[in-house]
Parts: sequence; C-alpha cells; structure tokens
Amino acid sequence: MARESNFKNMVLTLLIICFAGSAILGGVYLITSAPITAAQLAKVNTALSGVLPAFDNEPFEEAYDLEVDGQTVKMYPATLDGTPVGIAVEVITAKGFGGPIQVMVGFLPEGTIYNTALVLHSETPGLGDKLDPVKSDFSLQFKGKKPGNFKLAVKQDGGSVDAITAATISSRAFCDAVDLAYKAFKKIRFEEGGQS
Amino acid sequence: MEYILIIISAVFVNNIVLNQFLGVCPFLGVSNKISTAVGMSAAVVFVMTLSTLITYPIQMYVLEPLQIGFMQTVTFILVIAALVQTVEIILKKISPALYRALGIFLPLITTNCAVLGVSILVVTKEFSFGGTPALLTLPQALVYTAAMAAGFGLALIIFSGMREQMELVGVPKPFQGVPIALITAGILAMAFMGFSGIV
Amino acid sequence: MSKWKIITKGIIKENPTFVLVLGMCPTLGTTTSAINGMGMGLATTFVLMLSNYVISLIAGLIPSKVRIPAFVVVIAIFVTVVQLVMQAYVPSLYETLGLFIPLIVVNCIVLGRAEAFASKNKPVDSFLDGLGSGLGFTLALTVLGMVRELLGAGSFFGWKIIPGDAILIFILAPGAFLALGYLMVLFNRIKKA
Repeated sequence: MARESNFKNMVLTLLIICFAGSAILGGVYLITSAPITAAQLAKVNTALSGVLPAFDNEPFEEAYDLEVDGQTVKMYPATLDGTPVGIAVEVITAKGFGGPIQVMVGFLPEGTIYNTALVLHSETPGLGDKLDPVKSDFSLQFKGKKPGNFKLAVKQDGGSVDAITAATISSRAFCDAVDLAYKAFKKIRFEEGGQS
Repeated sequence: MEYILIIISAVFVNNIVLNQFLGVCPFLGVSNKISTAVGMSAAVVFVMTLSTLITYPIQMYVLEPLQIGFMQTVTFILVIAALVQTVEIILKKISPALYRALGIFLPLITTNCAVLGVSILVVTKEFSFGGTPALLTLPQALVYTAAMAAGFGLALIIFSGMREQMELVGVPKPFQGVPIALITAGILAMAFMGFSGIV
Repeated sequence: MSKWKIITKGIIKENPTFVLVLGMCPTLGTTTSAINGMGMGLATTFVLMLSNYVISLIAGLIPSKVRIPAFVVVIAIFVTVVQLVMQAYVPSLYETLGLFIPLIVVNCIVLGRAEAFASKNKPVDSFLDGLGSGLGFTLALTVLGMVRELLGAGSFFGWKIIPGDAILIFILAPGAFLALGYLMVLFNRIKKA
C-alpha cells in the first residue's frame, strides 16, 4: 500500500499537498469573501436599524471614530432625506463580568435614547446575558429615556436603572457603556452647536 | 500590574480545562497518577510557550500583511507539528534525562487542542485589562500562554491527586472509569467557578 | 461489511463520544444548547466525510513516514473550508462555536478515522465511515445539548417549555462535565441491560 519513504518523495508529497490545498482554499476564500463581508455588514445594519428611527443613508459608510474619556467609540450618523434623524454610538466597555461588552446606543437629535442593542458580550448565560432584550426586559428600561433626567447608573449606585437580579456587575457595565455613549453624543452636539 | 491580571485571569478565572474546555483529552487521559501528570504539565508549558513564540509573529508579520488570515489553521497546525518533532529530536540529543521524562508526552501534544487553541486565541481574541480592548502584544501573549499552560498543569495535578484517592473507594459499576472522572471534574470546575469575576 | 453496517457502527456500537471517549473538548465546550451541539456535530461530520474520502484516495501515494503530517494538512484544509463557509452563511452560529471550529483539526475522531479506516479502505466506504462516525458524534452532542438546555434553561431547541428559573449550573462549565458523566453512566447501564 504505502510507498517507500525517501527524502525526495517525502518533501515532494508534502509540497504538492500544501500547494493543492492552498489553491483550493484560495478559491473558496474568493467565493466566500463577498458573503462574509455582507454578513458582517448585515449584522451592523440590523443593530443600526434596531436603535435608530427610519433612515435612508448608509450610516456604516459615514461612520467615524471619536475619542471620549480616553476611549474610542464609533459614531454612525443617520439621516432621512438629508436631515439628521439620529446617531448611533457603538461603545465597548471593559467592565463586564465575563469580558468586554459591546453596545450600540441610538440617540434622537434632541438627546433621547431611541433604543439600545447588545452587539457582543461574554456574560454568564442565565445571569448576565439578560442584558440581551430577547432574554429580559432590562435593556428596555433605557428606551425613550432622556439621560438628563434619567441617571445612567444602577439604583444601588444612586442611579435610575433597575439592575438584573444577581448580575449587578453586568448591569453596571451596561449602564457604563450607555453613559459613555451619551458623553460621546453630548460632545458632538456641543461641537455642532459651536459651528452653527 | 497588567501582567498579574493576565496571570490570575489565565490560571484561575478562565482556566483552560475547567472553563474553556481545551485539552480535556489529556486531562482525562493522563491523570491517573500524579507523577505522569507533572511530566505532562511540564511538557505542555514548554511546547505551548514555544508555539506562541513562533505562531504569534507568523500571524502578525506574515499572514496579516499578506491578507491570508484564512490560512491560519493550516499554518498553525503545521508549525506546531513540526515544532513538536523538532523539540523531540533536540531533546533526545542534548538532554537524554529530560527526554526520558517528557519524551512520551510529546507526540500526544500535537493533537492536544490546548496548544492550537491557545495559539489561535492569543492572536484573535481582544483582551481588555482596564482600557479599550486590544490584541495582546508579544510579551503579553507569551505571559498569557505560559499562564494558560500553568493553569492546565494546576488543574491536571489537582485532578490526578483526586483520582489517586478515588482508586481507594468502591465505585458502582456503571460509574467506573470515565463517568466518575467527568463527575469529579465537574465538582472541581465548580470550585474554580469561585474565582469568576475577580479580574 | 455491508455499506449500511459501515454507517451504523459509528452511531451506536462505536459511538465516538460515549464509547470511544474521543473529541471531548468540543463535546463539553459547545453543548450549551441543542442547536449549538448539533451545529458543531454537523460541521465535524462534513470534515470527517470529505477528509476520509480524500485521504482514502491519496493514501497509496503518500510515503509512510509523512503519512500523519499529510493527513493533518488535508484535514486542516477541509476545516478551513468549513470555517469560511460558516462565516459566510451562518455567521451567528460561527460566532457561538468560535474557537472550536478551527479545533476540529485536532479532534482525535477525525485523525483517528483517517488512520484507522480511510487509509486502508476504498474511498466510498471511507466516506460512509466518516458519515457514520460524524452522525454518532452529532447525535451525542445533540443529546448532551438537549439535556443541558432543558435542565439549565428550561427550554427545548430554543422553545421555553419549563417556566421560571432553571438549574443554571448545567449551562455553565461544571454542568458540562456533570451532564456528560451522568449520560455516560446511563449509556453504560442501558448497553449492559
């Protein structure tokens, strides 16, 4: 069955397999690279359309980075017929229980939170993952609130948010992320105000 | 400070076997005696740290600039297989004593998913130790890998101690062998859960 | 051995998880729900079938000393194909299974079947052997995922059927070990009876 091994045919066989394999993979990569980009774009777009009112531009294309409190956040401005209808802020907080939590927060131009979306997290299943609106109503508390008179902190810390039972750290991290998003929003509104 | 955080997080909080489920096969396979467990742990620490030392630069300076990140799995497994072979040959030549101690574990390591798993983990996962999440730098990655491997050793040695004690008690027939080992591991994993959230 | 036998032996008599105790890492790591377990099982099945087929085709041409590295490369290629395809068409499942997809390369089942079966048998038989072992693995992962999901989250394939809180520990890491341990006890008991 198996062939005699000598140095030449061993090296040759491995080289042929590696080249053939790389060629196959290169082909598959070319075929799948477009759907992969599309899938990643679709994920961001789903989050965006969830946290913003109806818009007709491509916020993903117009997104830009902003430095706030020493952290970088991503801003996605949304417009309808050329007038701004809101802005989505993508924030990553390091304060999660199981690791970083990525949150998207949508603001209306006058500063009301339109909605929030949980993009990425590694919180404990059954406890911290209740941040996900599918699993509990926790994140719905933020909907339609104006951070000026709604303090973005859990009640234990003197804020206005009801924490998830047995998952205070996760709740705190989420509030922290929304708060950072609001700071970013205030910063750009202030700058825009300065221009006009 | 961040190195201490990395070490605690890798050894205890995100223990590679009991929390991440990497390297479960050797964990169940070579944990009958403490002495073999120690040998295996040493071999894993050695090979894992070396493999990160090689795969990390490959990822950052070859695969990423050439935009062939999809070749990652193929490249890494080849590097690890070749590395294990080389280590075996070198050990045999320069330190027969060490070879006798670790030699039999080396072939097992190629298919130990902990090695490939951690090599991929350190170049893809973003970690945040207090700031904006970012990829680890090479020294951080090395410390993280070594700590992960140490966590493997810790779990393996504790577990083999428990299994040596278990030899002495009567276990019901259907539980004998792997099932009781899994249940013991479950209880050990519960103990390690006590560390979660401290980093 | 009939073709049908080749498929079925991998499912029960030589079940990779319950009998041979191979591939423990993905078994424990991905079974937080039935769907995840099934997805992982099917991805592994795909790799098993194709790698078995190709290895059986080329086994005669490979010098014996580089057999293992050659097999590993073939397996790694198919794993990467699975990775790319999943990333493109089922991105959310790919994200959940994460690291365990590339780790199919080092799954002892895949290399084990290549060595023990594909290198000595005809391509079609090897393909079916891969299918059988893969289905056995998928079955085990789905059952384990089902048990853990039911006990830990009170749901069945994502449908909430037990209201209220469930025994959370079964979704967490220790529950994986416990559930698999007790399932094996059950399997041993039934097999003996």
